[in-house]
Amino acid sequence: MAVLLTKESKIICQGFTGAQGTFHSERAIEYNTNIVGGVTPEKGGTKHLDIPVFNTVAEAKKITGCNASGVFVPPPFAADAILEGVEAELDLIVCITDGIPTSDMQRVKREMKGSKTRLVGPNCPGVLTPGIGKIGIIPGHICRPGRIGVVSRSGTLSYESAVQTAKLGQSTIIGIGGDPVNGTNFVEALELFLNDPDTDGIVLIGEIGGTAEIEGAEFIRSWKGNSKKPVAAFVAGAAAPKGRKLGHAGAIVNSGDETADAKKDALRSAGVEVSDTITRIGESMMKAMGE
Amino acid sequence: MDIHEYQAKQLLAKYGVSIPPGEVVYQTHEAENIVSWLNEENIIVKAQVHAGGRGKAGGVKLCKTHQEVIKTVDKMIGMKIVTPQTSETGKIVNRIYLEKAYKIKKEFYFCITIDRETGGNTIVSSKRGGVDIEEVAEKHPDEIFKMKISPGSDLLTHHARTIVYNLGLSGNAAKKAQKNILAIYKAFTSLDAAMIEVNPLALVADDDIMVLDCKSSFDDNALYRQRQVAEMKDENEYDPLELEAARHDLNYVKLDGNIGLMVNGAGLSMATMDIIKHYGGEAANFMDVAGAATPERVAAAFKLIYRDSDVKGILINIFGGMMRCNDIAEGLVNASKEVGLDKPLVVRLEGTNVEMGMEILKNSGFPIKPVDTMEQAAKDVVEMVKEKK
Repeated sequence: MAVLLTKESKIICQGFTGAQGTFHSERAIEYNTNIVGGVTPEKGGTKHLDIPVFNTVAEAKKITGCNASGVFVPPPFAADAILEGVEAELDLIVCITDGIPTSDMQRVKREMKGSKTRLVGPNCPGVLTPGIGKIGIIPGHICRPGRIGVVSRSGTLSYESAVQTAKLGQSTIIGIGGDPVNGTNFVEALELFLNDPDTDGIVLIGEIGGTAEIEGAEFIRSWKGNSKKPVAAFVAGAAAPKGRKLGHAGAIVNSGDETADAKKDALRSAGVEVSDTITRIGESMMKAMGE
Repeated sequence: MDIHEYQAKQLLAKYGVSIPPGEVVYQTHEAENIVSWLNEENIIVKAQVHAGGRGKAGGVKLCKTHQEVIKTVDKMIGMKIVTPQTSETGKIVNRIYLEKAYKIKKEFYFCITIDRETGGNTIVSSKRGGVDIEEVAEKHPDEIFKMKISPGSDLLTHHARTIVYNLGLSGNAAKKAQKNILAIYKAFTSLDAAMIEVNPLALVADDDIMVLDCKSSFDDNALYRQRQVAEMKDENEYDPLELEAARHDLNYVKLDGNIGLMVNGAGLSMATMDIIKHYGGEAANFMDVAGAATPERVAAAFKLIYRDSDVKGILINIFGGMMRCNDIAEGLVNASKEVGLDKPLVVRLEGTNVEMGMEILKNSGFPIKPVDTMEQAAKDVVEMVKEKK
């Protein structure tokens, strides 16, 4: 079954005919992803990579029945592209774009309140289910079908995790992205994996900044009895200098939970196998699985 | 991006926030005109640098005569300010702000920042202003008041009212504070700020409320549509290597160690700093070759790190994904020729054609050590830099 991306997914690409949209759609098609269409305003009615192009998401949905989208639209227009997909009531929108103004994402968050659409990203590598397909930029060749769910804020660290868990393989890899305001968070991704019968263990890769890892740890702590799954984690940024970005107020708002060490401690005390370096995350996962 | 206090005040004033009359000077003789224009008994002279704690470092002086102002400006220009928030070498003062000094009745703390937890903005305020807010948070946590504004929502009058009552204000002063708070919030959202910190927000004579000091930071991603903010960038505040990196769209931060790093991806860059520290070394920089790690970008980034005289050895850690490692290796060898590489260089590449890439590096004739794993790369570079000492 896997999560987010399944055999039933019908995917479109927003920003399809641009350089990024083209390159990564080609890679996704090579990976046998079910891409049914693309959206680029003013290019509706044409074909690109042998796939029909539409002017709007609504039109693409009407004709192809698509339920998921990958957004490769440039930063100034990306929030609007996300909301276009939300209004078309897609099930899943994965936004790869890096550099979207924070206030644009705050607006997206407001508009998405109560919506049935799930957003992953922005500024993320996307979602990949080995053997099924991918939305985004995760290289397909490093992933193997299997039973480990990977959720990561960082793109390259999700690749490291995929390589190191090759023996066990992955059910789905979810890059949730590193922006201050984003869609799916750790708790939601953990919940997806917890409820997925095809996922036996979970790798969680966090970073300094924000409190999402702490909330993830709290959620893991609440798991009871048979519905527990082993989790291994790494949090990047233990060596990062403090306060380079937001200074005092950021730290005060988030009550000191931001350091990598505080996050590692929270995860450890929730029973997570925490790796000191990213190079040991595969080992930590094996250990958590009791193998 | 950060801006100076006086620039932040200029911006806030456009939104109706009350700020003291003042003017910036770059040279002593300019101060003479400003003091006669201000025509105030007491003038405060403030060094404009992007760092907190400048008061204790001698960067803020209250002057009681015009001669004293001129003398202070003359002394402060070109002065070096070292605070806990600057590097050890400190910051040179190039701009000085002169403004009317007020008799302060009460000082408050007021700050708006983006809240990652809620996705909205959070306002932090306290009756205990004018002092280090981190200390207040530690000693009097119950005197810190937080208000969370949901994502994309405006600050409403009742929010502002609640804040001013919590600050213990009433009557005319409360009305003026409320107006100021609403105006600061309007400025925050209209200008795509990431943080605006007013400390102190002061109650002065005639129930007036004044922003006496202001630190602010803006969303880099929104600068394309905030030209007046973007134009306020003071390049003197940045490390020259950081400025050059920004021109190449490289995500670079200078740090205190001696191992130069070049990595693709912010997460992997941090994880590489972590593993260097784990093996007893210290990174000279954070470097995320953001975007595609093309041979050209890799070469540009490499040359930049190489020029940093603090760098005694370099670690390159590229998870190429779809990039061809042989292309990256060729880019590196060409860059090594250009700089005449004579510092130890350890390279870990992962991706397509990795064996070809490693062969190219091995046969380059330069002191380049290709290794298979990130762990080995970190151990090796820490060891090689130690031996060099």
